[in-house]
Amino acid sequence: MAVKNIAGVEVKVTEDGYLEDMTQWSKEIAKEIAKEIGIELTDKHFEVLNYLREKTIAKEALTIRSVGKSGIVDIKQLYALFPKGPLKFSSKIAGIPKPTSCI
Amino acid sequence: MKNLIILGAGTSGTMMANHLRPKLYLNEWNITIVDQFKTHYYQPGFLFLPFDIYNEKQVKKVGKKFIPKDVKYIQKKIEKILPEENKVELEGETLKYDILIIATGCKIAPEETEGLLGPLWKKDIFDFYTYEGSLALRNKLRDWEGGKLLVHITEMPIKCPVAPLEFAFLADSYFREKGMRDKVEITYVTPLSGAFTKPTCSTALAYLLKEKNIALESDFAIEHVDNDTKEIVDYVEKRIPFDLLVTIPTNKGDEVMERSGLGDDLNFVPTDHNTLQSKAHENIFVIGDATNVPASKAGSVAHFEAETLADNILLYIGGYPLKKEFDGHANCFIETGDNKALLIDFNYVTEPVHGNFPFAKIGPLKLLKESVFNHWGKLAFRWIYWNMLLKGIAIPFVSRNMSFKGKIFDIKPEKK
Repeated sequence: MAVKNIAGVEVKVTEDGYLEDMTQWSKEIAKEIAKEIGIELTDKHFEVLNYLREKTIAKEALTIRSVGKSGIVDIKQLYALFPKGPLKFSSKIAGIPKPTSCI
Repeated sequence: MKNLIILGAGTSGTMMANHLRPKLYLNEWNITIVDQFKTHYYQPGFLFLPFDIYNEKQVKKVGKKFIPKDVKYIQKKIEKILPEENKVELEGETLKYDILIIATGCKIAPEETEGLLGPLWKKDIFDFYTYEGSLALRNKLRDWEGGKLLVHITEMPIKCPVAPLEFAFLADSYFREKGMRDKVEITYVTPLSGAFTKPTCSTALAYLLKEKNIALESDFAIEHVDNDTKEIVDYVEKRIPFDLLVTIPTNKGDEVMERSGLGDDLNFVPTDHNTLQSKAHENIFVIGDATNVPASKAGSVAHFEAETLADNILLYIGGYPLKKEFDGHANCFIETGDNKALLIDFNYVTEPVHGNFPFAKIGPLKLLKESVFNHWGKLAFRWIYWNMLLKGIAIPFVSRNMSFKGKIFDIKPEKK
């Protein structure tokens, strides 16, 4: 675990840069992480990010399929918003844990 | 008389019948188990069947043999659960329950991906998560002449999440032994960020893919299979060609959950992570692959869950609060080929670690490191499964919750 200064705030992050504590998240932090990845956030991005955060708080598993069925975006639009790693990057920007397998 | 009904006589259901029958008075509780199928499969064996390591006989037995004699076994299809009426409708009869245990597992749903069940299905496209699929793949591999082999995961969650990786490792060994490894290109295709997604594992095990010359395609979410060009295609039109596609289709819970309004969009039943009580109904409990808990869908997890659930059923009957005990504990062997295997031990919150298992300092099994001992452990496990695990006999020195004794949390890369 490491501490990183993102958008002027000291936050705890994992080795691969995901927030350890999702309550430390803010819109500014999201924008900063997105910038590092090369994504400029729009309102549509934030709709997806808020959806991901709500699902995580409700302890529901996140899949690309479930985001596609959310009514916010379909899967192609999700790819367009977060190219090259829709779930990987959207979860990083949303300040929630990285989707993992058991190893 | 009161009635406890178990739906599903697979690993979890069979274990629950064996745990509960000796604990519930025969003159107070009837126990009934329902499963439409006669055969109980040793599902971990489906990984070995394609490579002629196991034969058909080693992976199946008659299910009833493992059910206690004072448990009624009904071999019928389950039509619907009526939770408000505490009833289960079967083909031609309706059962009333006081307590219901859902142990209906999960299975592949290839129809969820366009083109998967097209003309190439069972010709050049195979699964190995079913007995039939695994057997058909064995027959294909016996005289396959080589080409591009893709080992592919459609989406998470899947049963035994490490099995696809094990398949890729075993395929490498298999083709080398046949003297045709140079004719086969193996690529591992995953919707996740890599073959290893947890920092401890990617640190310790990153060398494996390279050593075995297995290529990686990550962050690939399949949209359809192109049967004409023999390619899998993702949502941004990225195409990966194959000669032989070994795929793990979407996994779903049983359709009974959909018919009964009890499941989520993949038919998994919302379940309390620590007590295993269903979220919607206090007299319905859920175990094994049928739950939506974020633990691995694996036999070892079901085994640890069964111990907690048996206690919680007794507490529920007695009117006591349930134990919030289950921690997501999983303990899995991972075959890496060349008669070696890894062993991993983890739970909801702790990543796989180094160390010895089950005894601190002694082992004899090593965690997160390849060894021949671990491979023997995996092969010995088939005997343990049929003779101990299904019968609900505790495996000595392996506790339901994860133990932190003898574990090393500072993971360093393997030197090769």
